[in-house]
Amino acid sequence: MNAGTVPTEPEPTSGKVRRRFGDRAFSGLATAAGITILVVLAGVAAFLISEAWPAITAPVSDLPERKTLAHYIWPLVFGTVLSSTIAIVIAVPMAIAVALFTSHLAPKGLAASVSYLVDMLAAIPSIIYGIWGIAVLGPASVPVTRWLADHFGFIPLFAGPASTTGRTMLVAGLVLALMILPIICAVAREVFQQTPKGLQESALALGATRWEMIRMVVLPFGRSAVAAGSMLGLGRALGETMAVTIILSVSGAVTFNLISSENPSTIAANVALQFPESSGLDVNVLIATGLVLFAITLAVNMTARSIISRREAADGR
Amino acid sequence: MGGNPVSIPFGEGSGLLPRRSGLFVFAAAAVASGVLSFALDLGPFVWLLITGLIGLVTIAAWSLAVEGRRRGLDRVMTVAIMEVFVLALVPLLSLLYTVVSEGLGRFDGDFMTSSMRGVLAEGGGAFHAAMGTFIITAVAAAAAVPVGILTAIYLVEYGKGRLKRAITFFVDVMMGIPSIVAGLFAFALFALFFGPGIRLGVMGSVALAVLMIPTVIRATEEMLRVVPTSLREASYALGVPKWLTVLRVVLPTALAGIVTGVMLAIARVIGETAPLLITTGSIDSLNLDPFDGRMANLPVFVYEQYKFPGVPPEAYVERAWAGALLLILMVMVLFLAARFTAKRYGVEIRR
Repeated sequence: MNAGTVPTEPEPTSGKVRRRFGDRAFSGLATAAGITILVVLAGVAAFLISEAWPAITAPVSDLPERKTLAHYIWPLVFGTVLSSTIAIVIAVPMAIAVALFTSHLAPKGLAASVSYLVDMLAAIPSIIYGIWGIAVLGPASVPVTRWLADHFGFIPLFAGPASTTGRTMLVAGLVLALMILPIICAVAREVFQQTPKGLQESALALGATRWEMIRMVVLPFGRSAVAAGSMLGLGRALGETMAVTIILSVSGAVTFNLISSENPSTIAANVALQFPESSGLDVNVLIATGLVLFAITLAVNMTARSIISRREAADGR
Repeated sequence: MGGNPVSIPFGEGSGLLPRRSGLFVFAAAAVASGVLSFALDLGPFVWLLITGLIGLVTIAAWSLAVEGRRRGLDRVMTVAIMEVFVLALVPLLSLLYTVVSEGLGRFDGDFMTSSMRGVLAEGGGAFHAAMGTFIITAVAAAAAVPVGILTAIYLVEYGKGRLKRAITFFVDVMMGIPSIVAGLFAFALFALFFGPGIRLGVMGSVALAVLMIPTVIRATEEMLRVVPTSLREASYALGVPKWLTVLRVVLPTALAGIVTGVMLAIARVIGETAPLLITTGSIDSLNLDPFDGRMANLPVFVYEQYKFPGVPPEAYVERAWAGALLLILMVMVLFLAARFTAKRYGVEIRR
């Protein structure tokens, strides 16, 4: 990093300069650890592919329910994308509001403890979100979904018949939204706080109200970072397992109906539900679905990272 | 809600609402909706919702009439943002309340000291699961922490060129691995050598280590970067070799931050359920050897007690909540300890 400024470690231009044993050993150790990361990741890909391979090459007659692999995975991909979409649609506006509250509206002392509370949301294990969702949020959602089915049944999302247990796609999406809120919020808060003070003060000095200043200075400044944070949240929601596993009542139906008891499963939840009881080729099929999930989240996360790095390049950081 | 104190002509209706008018409006709204909720027997959440709605509408109407469009919008947005914030806190409070109130029912000595061995209905505990969680997480940390810290040292102190870029990129990739995929990886790895029926505690540790490593790297990297260059240069100027500078000067300076990062990383993985569900399996009795057979752990214990209750179901559900309470306490303790370390021993770092 700053090797150029190091007087005791000249570039080994002449053969005479011998690096100390400790230096060589330590830098070797650190490099080895770095390479371990690459090996582990290559291992993840290699082992998943090798265990998924039997399922990919197996004849259709051997696969579960005699469906081709694509037919097996499609409803799961649909469910995964649907639940994550609900989560993102709910979580992003809320995260922006909470981030704005901590960065611009709340008094300094309150803002710190609020950030702490939001960070705590991120630390709660997903299994606990799951049982809370099924024990509290699900039952609480029943009257609301029934009302939605009665009055807005013409919208396909609320076609009903409303579930009587609350184990619906809507509740699963709401719980996912809660789980990814802190991730998006953390990114948004950071960038909102970095908005140049000069710009904000100029806006106020020109007579803008606080909201006008936020709308015209803070939000445009943070836009790409919020987009990136949302993508990170999306990646998390796509791969989230236990909350969905425990909440959703699954039938394998491919439907946009969010409030009935017939729901598509998600890739991750399907693995968690089926894996403990599976053997033989079924296990390989589940690993193949895991590979698909890995590919999807990889694509989403890489998009997020590229947004972030483009932003940092633009800022000259 | 101070509003804008400078009296600039804001077009039509350039008056100002009295000070603390927001507070007053919301107090009135709370009372009004309180009466309504009490009369109609609605829950506290509905009360909160109605209060928010009445307050927002009143403020909007009043402010628009007195202060004009621009200040009115400012006030409405301020109130709306605060309400969304409160709305986001409601689930957190509800969750904590539920876990504590439901969990206390079986949160007793018996729960802490006995396993589920031979337990068919009431009684039993999560001792075996808590021990399993400790062992699995400790093994995972023992693998992930050295690799993570050394990789961060490589990235900050030694790395250059394509290898550094590749590692940085793949750490980001690793950060995004879904936990269930990490579990499938651990399973695939062991299944290849020991056959598909294999379930071991250490398999869970491998999965958790994969999830922990990138978090540890990121936290350590950040901490090493804020160690001032002048500190390193002072050390070099005294003739100290680079490796000793890193070990004796850089690492101690960043230590509190690194410890904080490690604790947060552990808090993250200690509640992971999905990867353990498919790697460690579950068992009713105590197993302290991660290399020998199935190993119980708290998250899977909570899941199985809740999802597959026996007869009577109440006993199982109560155990699940007690397990959830224990788990949340562990996470909170780690979280608070991390905060404390950062505050007490941390070097002053501008955030």
